[in-house]
Amino acid sequence: MTTAAATAGGRTTKAKPATMAQALGRALRDSMAEDSTVHVLGEDVGTLGGVFRITDGLAKEFGDDRCTDTPLAEAGILGAAVGMAMYGLRPVVEMQFDAFAYPAFEQLMSHVAKMRNRTGGAMPLPITVRVPYGGGIGGVEHHSDSSEAYYMATPGLHVVTPATVEDAYGLLRASIASDDPVVFLEPKRLYWSKADWSPEAPAAVESIGRAVVRRSGRSATLITYGPSLPVCMEAAEAAVAEGWDLEVVDLRSLVPFDDETVAASVRRTGRAVVVHESPGFGGPGGEIAARITERCFHHLEAPVLRVAGFDIPYPPPMLERHHLPGVDRVLDAVARLQWEADS
Amino acid sequence: MTVQELPGAAAYRPTPPPAWKPITDPAPLLPDPEPYRVLGTDAVADADPELLLRLHAELVRGRRYNAQATALTKQGRLAVYPSSTGQEACEVAAALVLEERDWLFPSYRDTLAAVARGLDPVEALTLLRGDRHTGYDPREHRIAPLCTPLATQLPHAVGLAHAARLKGDDVVALAMVGDGGTSEGDFHEALNFAAVWKAPVVFLVQNNGFAISVPLAKQTAAPSLAHKAVGYGMPGRLVDGNDAAAVHQVLGDAVARARRGEGPTLVEAVTYRMDAHTNADDATRYRVDSEVEAWKAHDPVRLLERELLERGLLDETGVERAKEAAERMAAALRDRMNADPELAPMDLFAHVYAEQTDQLRAQAAALRAELDAEQDHDEHGTEAGR
Ligand SMILES: Cc1ncc(C[n+]2csc(CCOP(=O)(O)OP(=O)(O)O)c2C)c(N)n1
Repeated sequence: MTTAAATAGGRTTKAKPATMAQALGRALRDSMAEDSTVHVLGEDVGTLGGVFRITDGLAKEFGDDRCTDTPLAEAGILGAAVGMAMYGLRPVVEMQFDAFAYPAFEQLMSHVAKMRNRTGGAMPLPITVRVPYGGGIGGVEHHSDSSEAYYMATPGLHVVTPATVEDAYGLLRASIASDDPVVFLEPKRLYWSKADWSPEAPAAVESIGRAVVRRSGRSATLITYGPSLPVCMEAAEAAVAEGWDLEVVDLRSLVPFDDETVAASVRRTGRAVVVHESPGFGGPGGEIAARITERCFHHLEAPVLRVAGFDIPYPPPMLERHHLPGVDRVLDAVARLQWEADS
Repeated sequence: MTVQELPGAAAYRPTPPPAWKPITDPAPLLPDPEPYRVLGTDAVADADPELLLRLHAELVRGRRYNAQATALTKQGRLAVYPSSTGQEACEVAAALVLEERDWLFPSYRDTLAAVARGLDPVEALTLLRGDRHTGYDPREHRIAPLCTPLATQLPHAVGLAHAARLKGDDVVALAMVGDGGTSEGDFHEALNFAAVWKAPVVFLVQNNGFAISVPLAKQTAAPSLAHKAVGYGMPGRLVDGNDAAAVHQVLGDAVARARRGEGPTLVEAVTYRMDAHTNADDATRYRVDSEVEAWKAHDPVRLLERELLERGLLDETGVERAKEAAERMAAALRDRMNADPELAPMDLFAHVYAEQTDQLRAQAAALRAELDAEQDHDEHGTEAGR
């Protein structure tokens, strides 16, 4: 067994700039090295290394049987993964793009999410379904969906999404190690985001389901995840000039949902805005706002607001900037948090 | 640039496209022109008498099991029962061709196959009784959960067989599906994956004439369902689904082939659903009595029984003995199904995730409180505890 830490073997492990894509690839590699039951399968994941190159080098290092180019059929890939998991393997499936995961929905909803439950706990399915999601990369139609609402509305699935390089590694490792199925949503516009990160001594996340406060503040809480975290961080910096000290919570996992961290923050600040790319109607923000209201009603100075994608099919790339929640929309929402009542 | 100026133009001759490879000969993959039969043919001479007797006992038991389960729906003991009456030869043969270590992937209609494999009938029927989705541990019995979303169990069989092969285990998966299910995308994807991966899988299509009310002619324009195999590069086999000896032989050959590492086979068994789709269905709306009568003359139990009687392998006492054994099974099943199942409402939350989430813990507590209040009410006849 070679863990990432063990391979470091005394060498100095200096943090260097690394991309989220590299951290994800490293997480796959380390999981495969540590556990021979981990198998990667998907479209173009072998020789090519995936269209986003996340699986680069895996087929070479572990062989085609461990990192497999499958026929082009998402239901077949996930369905086969179910059978592999039934036999004791730990499949990691790559869906090429968000909108191309839809053909696999029947397998996901009817079997992956339900197998543990429908067998009275006898046959859990430790499957990780990696889905590059969200917009902002100039993708043409069907390459930029934010489909998290469908997944989080399906009991039996965990829904995890990293927003930082370090989390990309730690959360993916934790997801693969989980005995439950995880839909692992990768914010594709952050694939090339960089941070100082040492692949030789990566900090592993021990369990999924905990949100984290990325910026402490006292005026209001921005609650977000995945691709919208950098937007919220930037908005929080810009808000300083307006006299607002914003707290930013990165959910990291939509299921399980960390009510504790979210409610504690909102109780401190008394105001909250939920930010995500996914359409607002029927989206995660509605659920989050309801949960905050149920738990923090007497601490709230204003209604919980949502900044979300419009309730439209994802726009053509030349128009996507009008759709995506940006810093200005976040600040506008913060401005509408009934500050007058304070004075 | 004209053709003459192209490099190598002097040698230009029309050829097949450069990437084209000669087509592999489809002939060995093609099904027989007629469903393969054993009973009443010369092939029966080679059949193992012991196997035929075993099949007969299982068919008689299976017929009785179907009748008993249907009766249980009338008594309100089963929520619904999709009967396999008329299809017992397929159900039984599918179970008998497998070794202990092999896996069976049944659909909702295939509880009999599971029972013939040795599963406790009460455990096989919990889905249809409505007390729990799967009444048994699939890994213990190597029987996947009964599957209702059509054809979705087929890719599971492929993945499992593939995984077993990667591990170097000698395990074959046999997956069952109806004729209607062959129109689903998952049927196509499963067969394609199986062939590409050379997975040790056998696909058994029971062509029982109908998908609820829709006849096969509205389902496909293929020459036969077995012919579909050719497009995937695997052999298709057509068999008389009411001839237990033939089904057993064809499935057995396919299992042996898979075991040898030669890949998957698609078997189409031509049979007939004698009962309505389920007890809740009215078959008179879409089929005529004369068709049902014609199939009665080709009944799987009688076909085999006749053969055995004629060849002196079985006598009337033997027939009686098989019937009595079936009666005992039915009586035991009836008795056990007449007891109310034990319901475990708190289990609703127990197996959603490996670790219960806070959210589910809170909801479980709320249900617990409701149940306690109900019990209080029942015990004291008051609203106490509300
Ligand atoms: C995906 C899906 N669509 C529809 C149904 C509803 N349904 C249940 S059984 C059935 C007919 C299936 O016919 P066939 O595959 O021929 O099998 P049979 O019932 O004859 O054994 C239908 C339409 C279903 N279970 N799953």
